[in-house]
Amino acid sequence: MDIDILRKQFGNGILDISYFRGECTVTVDKEIIVPVCRFLKETEGLAFDFLSDCCGVDRLSDRPRFWVVYHLYSTAYNHRLRLKAAVNDDNPVIDSVVSVWPTADWHERECFDMFGITFSNHPDMRRILMAHDFEGHPLRKDFPLEGR
Amino acid sequence: MAVNLGPQHPSTHGVLRVMLELDGEIVVNAKPDIGFLHRGIEKLAEYRTYHQIIILTDRLDYLAAMSNNLAYVLTVEKLLEIEIPKRAQYIRIILAELQRIASHLFWLGTHAHDLGAMTPLFYTLRERETIMDIFDAVAGSRLTPGFMRIGGLAAEVDREILHRIDTFARYLPDRIDEYESLLTDNPIWKSRTQGVGILTIDECIELGVSGPLLRASGHGRDIRKTEPYSSYKDFDFNIPTGTRGDVYDRFLVRLAEMRESARIVQQAVQNLPDGPHIIRKAPGVLPDRDALDTDIYAMIRHFHLITEGVKPPIGEVYHCIESPRGELGFYLVSDGSSNPCRLRVRPPSFVNLQSLVKMVKGKILSDAIAAISTIDIVLAEVDR
Repeated sequence: MDIDILRKQFGNGILDISYFRGECTVTVDKEIIVPVCRFLKETEGLAFDFLSDCCGVDRLSDRPRFWVVYHLYSTAYNHRLRLKAAVNDDNPVIDSVVSVWPTADWHERECFDMFGITFSNHPDMRRILMAHDFEGHPLRKDFPLEGR
Repeated sequence: MAVNLGPQHPSTHGVLRVMLELDGEIVVNAKPDIGFLHRGIEKLAEYRTYHQIIILTDRLDYLAAMSNNLAYVLTVEKLLEIEIPKRAQYIRIILAELQRIASHLFWLGTHAHDLGAMTPLFYTLRERETIMDIFDAVAGSRLTPGFMRIGGLAAEVDREILHRIDTFARYLPDRIDEYESLLTDNPIWKSRTQGVGILTIDECIELGVSGPLLRASGHGRDIRKTEPYSSYKDFDFNIPTGTRGDVYDRFLVRLAEMRESARIVQQAVQNLPDGPHIIRKAPGVLPDRDALDTDIYAMIRHFHLITEGVKPPIGEVYHCIESPRGELGFYLVSDGSSNPCRLRVRPPSFVNLQSLVKMVKGKILSDAIAAISTIDIVLAEVDR
């Protein structure tokens, strides 16, 4: 898998490429998340046609505070990639990738439900696990484990 | 007309609610509503040590607790870079494959029951009960064994139990023939399942569908073959696939998978290597319980691991296995402390359930029941 092709294509939009325990993580600017995803899916040799998972991570003390993490898999080449984009606390919005992988629909709804990260252009952006009138986002680090 | 199916309804396999919009008997639209069983397991995990989380994973997919245990401990072992003994790897495979058989048996019984065939349930639960008894003997509990440990297994599996497992794996194919005699050529069964709930390979991949649903559509992806873990490379087994991707093909694929699992179990029991069931000299692995009485260092180590827990290096890992329902993945983010910063479960049921809308739209209501049960959801895993 030739991942440097991403650098050639997107230049400074690719913030970091790192390896840990044999897994490759690419951090990208959240503004270009949809073009990067489309490129990863449609480029010959990468062909990440299968979105395994998409979830949020709260790094309370870091700035920007949230990550949105995508786990990609290619059924043709049997390789994986982790894609990460950082999202700010004061305006937690990122573009939805449902247009690239329809499976992202429920994942992004769950991410919204649990972290309060909004996905723009999502077809049905509402809570999925918690009740519709629930207040707060349970997986945020400042949401208490029990009692409020 | 709007029909509210569930959350308390026997054919929704737990607390799934589906809002169906009907025109006569035709389903115009379906909206699954989930979350009734949400217990915040991912949140709880952030307040537990890496060992304590093992028992939380049992409670995700309670029909395949061993598979959940396995996926989780493999993820932690990847983070800690632990290579576990061959014997432990083989026993893990035996348990995971028995679990696959038990899960498929339960699915088969309830699936047939949903479609009006009552008899198979009694037969399949008979065989499942044998597996539950084996788990009881191995781990001390049936549904939530919590038997896997970071670095290996909680205890040795003795010869007598291995013999029981081997006997079971030998007679299981005959029992599967029995189920087939009840269903496979049954004209009512065929008319309820053939051509119902079709998904093509492309639709499956778009929707992230994995496991038997994907294979019934004709795609051969099985993580045991494509990204082998825990010594699956050592075994000879086939990946059954379907052609039409309908409810009937999924039935055939799961039956064939049980036969393959029985083959793997037999091979594993026959070729089971000697050696320890857990590697003690690795970071984060609990010392032998008996050593605590005689060895002061073991006692100190035990004390540290129980009170503080293991502190893995900073980093993130994702590991997935082929659970009975598909790709079951765990994503761990470690910040170097003894609790994970984030534990994300990639539940196959949750993702596969998304395909329900595609399967039922424009079809008749009774096919919707077949489509719900063919996905083989476990709501505890969907909602976490």
